[in-house]
Amino acid sequence: MQLIWEGFVEALRLLLGGDAALYQIALRSLWVSGLALTVALVLGIPLGGTVALTSFPGRRLIVTIINTGMAAPPVVVGLLVALFLTRNGPLGQFRLLYSNWAMVIAQVIIALPIVTGLSLAALQQLDVGLRQQIAALGANRLQAFFYQLREIRVALLAAVMAAFGGIISEVGASIMVGGNIRGYSRVLTTATVMETGRGNFDIAIALSVILMLLAFFVNAILTQIQQRERPR
Amino acid sequence: MTRALRKSRLLALAVLALLLLAALPLLAGCGSDAEDGEAAEEPQEQSIARDQLIVATTTSLNDSGLFEDVVLPAYAEIAPDVTVKVIAVGSGEAIAMAERGEVDVLTVHSPAAEQEFMDAGYGTLRLQFAYNYFIIVGPESDPAGVADTATAAESFAAIAGSGAVFVSRGDESGTHSKELKIWEGAGREPSGDWYLSTGQGMGDTLRIASEKEGYTLTDTGTYLAQRDTLDLVPLSPESADLQNTYSVILLDQNRHTAINAAAAERLAQYLVSKQGQEALATYGEEEFGEPLFRPYAETLGSY
Repeated sequence: MQLIWEGFVEALRLLLGGDAALYQIALRSLWVSGLALTVALVLGIPLGGTVALTSFPGRRLIVTIINTGMAAPPVVVGLLVALFLTRNGPLGQFRLLYSNWAMVIAQVIIALPIVTGLSLAALQQLDVGLRQQIAALGANRLQAFFYQLREIRVALLAAVMAAFGGIISEVGASIMVGGNIRGYSRVLTTATVMETGRGNFDIAIALSVILMLLAFFVNAILTQIQQRERPR
Repeated sequence: MTRALRKSRLLALAVLALLLLAALPLLAGCGSDAEDGEAAEEPQEQSIARDQLIVATTTSLNDSGLFEDVVLPAYAEIAPDVTVKVIAVGSGEAIAMAERGEVDVLTVHSPAAEQEFMDAGYGTLRLQFAYNYFIIVGPESDPAGVADTATAAESFAAIAGSGAVFVSRGDESGTHSKELKIWEGAGREPSGDWYLSTGQGMGDTLRIASEKEGYTLTDTGTYLAQRDTLDLVPLSPESADLQNTYSVILLDQNRHTAINAAAAERLAQYLVSKQGQEALATYGEEEFGEPLFRPYAETLGSY
């Protein structure tokens, strides 16, 4: 019990003292996951829309694969990405393994099915009548798509939160493809694992507190946007 | 009509599902209660029965397989009534666990930290039982010219001046503290873009060194076990500043009464016995073509 208490005290001291290394790690976590999330949104929403609004042979299989992807274990993603990026691997010439880019790639792969699957589900839930109405009003396909996205914005923001939560808190893939290199590819989760391994519980707690605060603020902002137009 | 039937069936299913859901927390609650009770009792039982020996060991010692293949089978014959649990962590964490009284005995290789631990009165006896040499590995092209150096300090100085990458464990393990000591001897400050600190185990650090075409300091066992998958070759001389000594440390039962000192003593006795020293002198020969450890008694001139 004393260990936990001392940890929290030390955590507060580190946080308020503005420990430069700690904030550098937090910022790195934020930009790696932020970039991965952006890429996942840019790719995932159109992908989800295409699968939701069109019909083609094998569609159900694709949806099953996307939904399975939502449950893909990050360590499996990490292993695959590592095998592809290793110097002797198929993408070895880019020398990306053990870098921030490798972490971004792994996190995109983790977040993409979440964004795709959840936006797909939300779009499919929309009333068919609405779609016909939009078409009747003379909207082209792109306009119609954006209109429908507006309609599902609450669900879309939920998808954003789920995806962000999934990757900012992810450790298995990040440590495998990022390498937890100090001042270079060390992020909040990998640093927490490392400090716990070293027995530095105080720093590990400080890192956890930052991680939770980060998640809280990002989600607070997204929730604010999501709940703005709540029907009364 | 069939539709109505289907509807009512669905309703029944839904009700059943809800009931199950409602019952789940109850079931789960019972389960966790029982577990809590067990967890609370267990440590007490252990301290009375003393049928368990928890060994905190370094990852390098454990990964070599020495414990699993040699020490544990031999110990099972010496003390068949004791269950041994080996916890493999860095030397730093192993020592921290011993300070908190979470383990019964230590086998580590971090002489400076061990001395501190003994000075602070946590340990009752420290016996050196094995040694080997750390090796410096790097890319075959050897841009820093490590192969031409005579001591580890010279090798490190050559690496620091060459612009080549050096990958460090950075995890306060025995290997890491050895590395820092060599930097000290080399009179170089290990920092900068060329110095990558992974904070991870030897295997991961070797892989990162291989990917980055850099140098690293490694124990023999981990390197030999993984060399097939690495683009790294051994480059260092067998110099005195690379010697790696393993010690077994007995802990003070007066500080933490739960410590199983008797079982720990039997382990230490085995490790320094003629039988134990002979067994570890040949361990690894079959698999790697050379033994992974040398008996410490060898340095004393006799068994």
